Amino acid sequence: MTDRIKEAGKMLELVSFRIGDQEFCVDIMSVREIRGWTPATVLPHSPAFVRGVINLRGAVLSIVDLGARFGLPLAEPSARHVIIVAQVGPQVVGLLVDAVSDILTVSTDSIQPTPDVASELARSFVQGVLAIDNRMISLISLDHVLPAPDRLAA
Amino acid sequence: MSKTILTVDDSRTMRDMLRLALSAAGYSVIQAEDGVHGLEVLADSDPDVIITDINMPRMDGFGFISGVRQGGRHRAVPILVLSTESDIEKKQRARSAGATGWIVKPFDPVKLVDAVRRVSA
Amino acid sequence: MDTMAAIKQTFFQECEEQLTELEAGLLQLDDGNHDSEVVNAVFRAVHSIKGGAGAFNLTALVQFAHVFESAMDRVRVGKLHPSPDVLRVMLRAADVLADFVRAAREDDVVPAERSAGIVLELKALAEGQGVAPAGAAPAPAPVAEAEAELEFIPIAIDLSSFDDLLAPPSGPAGFRIGFKPHPALYANGNEAVILIREVGRLGTLRVTCDTDEAPGLDGLDPEGAYLFWTLELETDKSEADVRSIFDFAEYDCVLSFEPLAAPAALPDLPVVETELEFHAIPVEFVALPDEPVAVAPPAIEAPLAPSPAAPRAAVEPPHAEAAAAGAKREVAAAAAPTIRVDLERVDRLINLVGELVINQAMLAVRVTEAGLARVSAVAVGLDELEQLTREIQDSVMAIRAQPVRSVFQRMPRLVREVAAQTGKTVRLVTEGEGTEVDKTVIERLSDPLTHMIRNAIDHGLEKPEKRLAAGKPEEGLVKLVALHRSGRIVIEVSDDGGGINRERVRQIAVDKGLISPDAKLTDDEIDNLIFLPGFSTAAVVSDISGRGVGMDVVKRSIQALGGRIAISSRPGEGSTFTMSLPLTLAVLDGMVVTVADQTLVIPLTAIVETLLPRSTTVHNYGEGTRLIGVRNGFIPLIDVGEMLQFRPGVDDPKTGIALLVETEGGARNALLVDAIQGQRQVVIKSLETNYGHVPGIAAATILGDGRVALILDVDAVVSASRDDAAAQSFALAG
Repeated sequence: MTDRIKEAGKMLELVSFRIGDQEFCVDIMSVREIRGWTPATVLPHSPAFVRGVINLRGAVLSIVDLGARFGLPLAEPSARHVIIVAQVGPQVVGLLVDAVSDILTVSTDSIQPTPDVASELARSFVQGVLAIDNRMISLISLDHVLPAPDRLAA
Repeated sequence: MSKTILTVDDSRTMRDMLRLALSAAGYSVIQAEDGVHGLEVLADSDPDVIITDINMPRMDGFGFISGVRQGGRHRAVPILVLSTESDIEKKQRARSAGATGWIVKPFDPVKLVDAVRRVSA
Repeated sequence: MDTMAAIKQTFFQECEEQLTELEAGLLQLDDGNHDSEVVNAVFRAVHSIKGGAGAFNLTALVQFAHVFESAMDRVRVGKLHPSPDVLRVMLRAADVLADFVRAAREDDVVPAERSAGIVLELKALAEGQGVAPAGAAPAPAPVAEAEAELEFIPIAIDLSSFDDLLAPPSGPAGFRIGFKPHPALYANGNEAVILIREVGRLGTLRVTCDTDEAPGLDGLDPEGAYLFWTLELETDKSEADVRSIFDFAEYDCVLSFEPLAAPAALPDLPVVETELEFHAIPVEFVALPDEPVAVAPPAIEAPLAPSPAAPRAAVEPPHAEAAAAGAKREVAAAAAPTIRVDLERVDRLINLVGELVINQAMLAVRVTEAGLARVSAVAVGLDELEQLTREIQDSVMAIRAQPVRSVFQRMPRLVREVAAQTGKTVRLVTEGEGTEVDKTVIERLSDPLTHMIRNAIDHGLEKPEKRLAAGKPEEGLVKLVALHRSGRIVIEVSDDGGGINRERVRQIAVDKGLISPDAKLTDDEIDNLIFLPGFSTAAVVSDISGRGVGMDVVKRSIQALGGRIAISSRPGEGSTFTMSLPLTLAVLDGMVVTVADQTLVIPLTAIVETLLPRSTTVHNYGEGTRLIGVRNGFIPLIDVGEMLQFRPGVDDPKTGIALLVETEGGARNALLVDAIQGQRQVVIKSLETNYGHVPGIAAATILGDGRVALILDVDAVVSASRDDAAAQSFALAG
């Protein structure tokens, strides 16, 4: 996804969603489906932001609390939460978010650079920000959303 | 009614290429993997022309041709020999065994069809 | 197979099969089995590759295959004895041929240094010069041998080149062809009428038939040939074009050619040999010597014989036997009938059957929930369904089960190469190649196995001088064994080298900060240090085993398959790597248990029996350890909930159930769980696919209620419990 964003003048379709009072979006090409929350089976020895695994039509999918991944407080998942099933490289991951807002079509030219702040979130995940109707929507890269292989044991 | 050609070759690649070239020319193709298999297939079919390789396991081309020529109803079926070995000795041997003609591998699809036409009514 | 591209794919697939056959055959010859069928099979393998390659214009491959084939041909005709020296050359040639195939497939080239030497050696063999001394300097320039295929050229004189010299004849251009077939022409399947028709295609044709020689019906031999045709063809085509029609029939008939119109007076020509008539001299085929006939134009005079009576050249014993050999050698095609199936279809079938199992389990749960009696017709029917589903699953899994042979077969070549590169002599012994495993496991075995064998030769085996000094045979031994053990497949790679240099390994680990300098480690623990990430670097790993792959990567790839790997080493004697893998990545018989409100599955193969902890049987021991008494002693009682960090340790173990389990190594422990839900066959779902490795967990499954349950990795949990907090990182990472 990173490469597409860097191309000037290209149109992108993005799915925007909300965690707490912050808004984010991801390239729609990464999104496979949107589902409601189902209770997940806990995974031992895993970081706190990995809430567990669920059954998605016969495949085992891990659920990542995206807010917690970004450094925000852990969510209290409920039926009102949403899971964005996303393709991250060769793997499929479920991202736990509060709600999905809408689908945006923007030009790569309208992506502004990431604000220069010392935030873990900014450095690892944010690729740029969009200003739409007075909203600030951070464009997220999912490449590192799962824990690195040698750090799976918390 | 289109003509039927029996191709006998132990190489899958070769069988596929023969099938491609011959069916493109409108022939119907049946296949066998070696001499023994070829005789088995012949027991149940009546091809108009036979194309066979020489080097095959179980029974080579020479053995197969002899088998065909000695058999009953297929005695006079034209048999074309397919071989990379184009030296005269091998051709002579094929002729002595009863081959009708030969095609050198790698074959030119046009020449293949020409050769087939030259021996089939 | 509809297009050339698809056929090309088939060709490369076939090349792999042929290369395997080639190597197997050469190894048989090396073993002393000089059966003609083996020799023929080896020849055919190279011949086949060359033939196909020619069709796709893979010139480099064709050229190399040709040189190889020529040398093999001499063996085939009995002129070159397959001595060990010769076979060494052939085996190397087979390896290089594989390189050429790979290069052709990937649109790459084989470097000249790789092939030049072996080409020279093969040529020497093909020309009867015997084996070139080892280490003969290869020619600097790549060998570019243009192989001109000898096109079949009619021996009769081709006079078309003279056509230009003739004044334009009066009357139409064309030929008068006299055509008298011999009986043999028909016997060989040629048909005079067809040939005449083909001639007719080239222009306007007038045919007259001379029946003078035909006897009356009484004397008519149905297989005889009595007719003589005169064909008058008006055409623009050259004589060569017309003659080509008679290519096959050339020797079985009398053929004469002359231009249709009488030639006008000749212009001033250079002196032409007066013996050279304008007719082509029909030639009958005569006995040939071994050497190919020089096909030069001078007139060949030969007696006209009624039919070709050329005696066969007296050569080649193997051919005669080939026709009769039949089923003597075990040929795959002659074995039980097989069918090629698209792998995707098999995979889909397996997935569907997996879903069937889950569905059937869910149905069973619903039936119980609906309160139907266990002996009711529905419940009984359900039991039968479960039985049937189980059988279907077994059958379907068997489709994908394959012997490890296909992976083991690549190893001899690898061993030869690494041995050559390291200057050591190595013998590879394999056992248990018929052991069957699921195809998915086999494919992922190749890389780790390759690395372990490289390692064994490069690091395990000492250099020849050192071995001799130690009283060992100069030739090192690498042993590769596969077997089934307690429902898993075990693969051992062992060498009789010097074993792990524990001092050095320990030092490296300290240098890299992987252990503290004063850590006390057992021999076993030191050996296992090599599996730590970050252990292998240039200091230890040479060019060969290097390539950035360390034993930690090997370990992780084995783990990703649900397997484990261990090393045992004896200084001065050698090392053995033992890998154990599940037979299939698909199904498992498990016991479903409850631990801290979580549902877990424990592989049934690990469970020996269930125990009820009582105050009389459970004892505290040291700090934080519990033992449970069993018939012949005491074994550790492991709190699974605590190990998986579901909750802190249980205060009162008597409320739970203990499962007596046995690890791979045979150690016995007891796992404390809260309750047993039942036994079930579950479909294994990988965690690695979409997540990664979780310590203590082997995989996941989906239960009847649709929820995910984790499958416990018994060995990992046991070894984790054994170590104290300081060593936790070793255990959990492995």
